[in-house]
Amino acid sequence: MAKNRVIDSCQMLMIGGSTGSIEVLLQLLPALKTPLPFALVLVIHRKNTADSTLVNLLALKTDIPLQEVDDKDAILPGTIYLAPADYHLLIEQDKTFSLDDSEKINYSRPSIDVTFESAADVYGPSLVGILLSGANTDGTAGLNAIKNAGGVTVVQKPETAQVPFMPQQAIEGAPIDWVLDVKEMEGFINDE
Amino acid sequence: MIEEPEIDILLNDLLEEHGYDFTHYARASLKRRINRLMALDKFPSFAELRYRVKSDATYIKRFVEELTVNVTEMFRDPLFYKTLREDVLPTLAAKPFIRIWHAGCSTGEEVFSMAILLQETNLFHKSILYATDLNPDVLEKARKGIFSLAPMKQYSENYMLSGGKNDFSSYYTAQYGHVKFKEELVKKMVFSTHNLVSDRSFNEFDLILCRNVLIYFDKALQERVLNLFDDSLGSLAYLALGAKETLKFSSLQSRFKQISREKIWRKIG
Repeated sequence: MAKNRVIDSCQMLMIGGSTGSIEVLLQLLPALKTPLPFALVLVIHRKNTADSTLVNLLALKTDIPLQEVDDKDAILPGTIYLAPADYHLLIEQDKTFSLDDSEKINYSRPSIDVTFESAADVYGPSLVGILLSGANTDGTAGLNAIKNAGGVTVVQKPETAQVPFMPQQAIEGAPIDWVLDVKEMEGFINDE
Repeated sequence: MIEEPEIDILLNDLLEEHGYDFTHYARASLKRRINRLMALDKFPSFAELRYRVKSDATYIKRFVEELTVNVTEMFRDPLFYKTLREDVLPTLAAKPFIRIWHAGCSTGEEVFSMAILLQETNLFHKSILYATDLNPDVLEKARKGIFSLAPMKQYSENYMLSGGKNDFSSYYTAQYGHVKFKEELVKKMVFSTHNLVSDRSFNEFDLILCRNVLIYFDKALQERVLNLFDDSLGSLAYLALGAKETLKFSSLQSRFKQISREKIWRKIG
C-alpha cells in the first residue's frame, strides 16, 4: 500500500485538534506501536490554564514517553510532545522547539496553523499532519503549508468527528491525501 | 514568504545601520513576525521591505515594535504569584531594603501585580521595583499606570486565585473604558530602558523576574542573559522565569535550586 511508504519517510507526525479531539487521542494513543519511529507532536486547543491535567491524562494512555514542551527542548523520535497551553509552538531549523506568546491566531494559542506552518518549513516532505474534530477554522492554512512543502495531509472523516466543522473546512480549503476514521488512523500511523 | 538568507540580510542591516541586534533572537518566531509585518504593511517583495528599513527612520520604530512581542497580563499564572506571596516574599521580610528587577517588563502589568503583592505583605514601603524594557514607548505606558478596562475581570479572577483578599477594583479607578491604578503604587517603581542583548548589570537584586522574554532568544543569548542575571543577584536571591522557561540548558543550573513547582529558583552557590 502506498501509505506504508508515506509513514516510512516520516520524521515528524503532527496532530492538531479542538473540541472533540481529546476523545480521539484517548482512543488513538493506546493503539500506537512502540517504539514510535518519529516524533509525535500534539497541538490541542484548550483552556489557557497552565495546569498539567491534560498531559497527565494523555500520559496514562500510552507507554511512549509523553511530555509537555519546555522552551528549547530537543525534538527526538519515539517521543510524544504536547504543545503547552497559552503559547504558540514553533520548530527551529536545528530541530528544537521554541515558544511564542504573541497574539492568538484563529482565536487560539496554541494555534494549529502556526505549528504546522513552522514544522513544514523545517521538515518539508518528512512531515505528516493530521487534523481532528473541532469548531474552528484553525489547521487549514497549516495543512496547505505542509502540502506545499511536500508533506502528507490527513483529516478525520468529518462524519466521525464530534464536531465536523474543522476537518470539513480543511477538506474544502486544502489538498488532503487521506480522510480517515480513528480506526483507519491507527493503521495509518502504525504502518499496517 | 521571506527566506532564511533574506532574514540574515535584514538583521545585518538593522544591526549595522540602526544598532538593533536581533541576530540571536529565536529564528522561527522572528520569521513569523517579519512575514506577518510584510503582509500587514503590504510589501510586495523582500527588496521593498529592505529598502524601507534601510531608508525610513520613522518606519524603523514600527518595525522594531512589531518584531518584539508585548503580550503581558496581571497576575498571569496565579499559582506563580501565590508562591511569591506565600513562600518567597516572607523570606525577604527581614531585609532592610528589597530590590526587585522586572527585566523586559513591557507595558508593566507584572510590575503593578508585584506592587500589589508587596503592599499586601507589608513590604512595599521598603521595596523598590526596577522595570526595564528595550522599548521606551511601552515604559511610558507602564509609568502612567493606565490600562484597558476590558481585561480587569480576568485580572481580578487571577488576583483572587493568587491569594488576594481585597477587592481588586480598590486598586484602581475606572473611567471611559480605562482604569488608572493608584498613584502610590507607581511611587516605588523606577522605569528605564535596558537592552538584555547588549547592556550590563546595573545593580544587585533580591528578586529578578523575567517571564516569557527568554523564549524569544536563542540558546546562546539565553545563556548570556542568564549570566547577566546571575551577576545581578545577591546570594540567596531569587530568579523567576515564565511557565515554560527553564535553567536546564544553562550553566547556572548547578548553583540555583528550584523552589516549589513554579519557575522560581534560589541562588545557592
